[in-house]
Amino acid sequence: MILNGVRSGSIATRNGGAKEREQRMSVSLRDSVQLVSDPKKLDESVIEVFQLMIGVECRWENKQPVSESETVTSVVGFGGMLSGACVFRSGVTAARKIAEQMTGMEFTEVDDTVKDAVGEICNMLAGAWKGRFPNLAANCGLSVPAVITGRDYNLHVQAPEFQIHHIYRFEDVFFEVTIVCDGIQ
Amino acid sequence: MGEIRTLIVDDSSVMRKIVERSLRQAGLDQLVVHEAGNGTEGLDVLKTQTVDLILSDINMPSMDGLEFLRQIKAQNLAPNVPVVMITTESSEEHVKQAIEAGAQGYIRKPFTAEQVKKRVLSLLPAA
Repeated sequence: MILNGVRSGSIATRNGGAKEREQRMSVSLRDSVQLVSDPKKLDESVIEVFQLMIGVECRWENKQPVSESETVTSVVGFGGMLSGACVFRSGVTAARKIAEQMTGMEFTEVDDTVKDAVGEICNMLAGAWKGRFPNLAANCGLSVPAVITGRDYNLHVQAPEFQIHHIYRFEDVFFEVTIVCDGIQ
Repeated sequence: MGEIRTLIVDDSSVMRKIVERSLRQAGLDQLVVHEAGNGTEGLDVLKTQTVDLILSDINMPSMDGLEFLRQIKAQNLAPNVPVVMITTESSEEHVKQAIEAGAQGYIRKPFTAEQVKKRVLSLLPAA
């Protein structure tokens, strides 16, 4: 999956001896798929981003899905040692609430500022998640966020290497975060 | 502390507002803020405005933050003005690249106002 021109492997190949180093790291990342796909790392990232940037405590919920028909989805692509995406999805109520918490403004619709806020949250979630794994932090690039709004759409990835999907809640709203990995070098 | 003229470069207008708010919370209440959505716009601002501080994202469309830093140096814009990178990219490799390109500080997103205060105030002359 390539989204928004992720700079694949640009850092790993820049220095001398990088090929050998990249190969060694790739082997170790593939060997540690269990660790990378641990949902606790995603939970930690979500809690950290929401606490620091929005000032709310959020927690993992294992039941309630996002139930509003109109939803906001933001996608940040991973490229390099790991390819895939971080996907944030919520109803419009949660999206507006996130933007309100971040900006101190009120929103009655999902305008460009709300989309910008949701995109930036997804960007920070992707960065916070990959930053928990030193190999990924250094050798996996992020795309700029893409934001999709509307009804009745699905995001489908064929045969991912692994997928982590959790639902979270803060106050009375829910959102979903998914890490999809469709390739490890 | 007197007036601090600051350039904030980030493709997210929401993040620019959050950075500005964090600076004010850090005690820089006499802040004059110039905003830019990418490195190219940032260079345009520096050609017409004098600033005391630059805060820039790295991952941006058009011209990213590292190229922005290199261009500031190459075009001799804003000499001796401290630059702090604020970004989701936090590996040692990224920090090294930013320092080599001319950054004096590095803040990882997500961040607290306290972290902004700690990184930024020490770089300003009156601190």
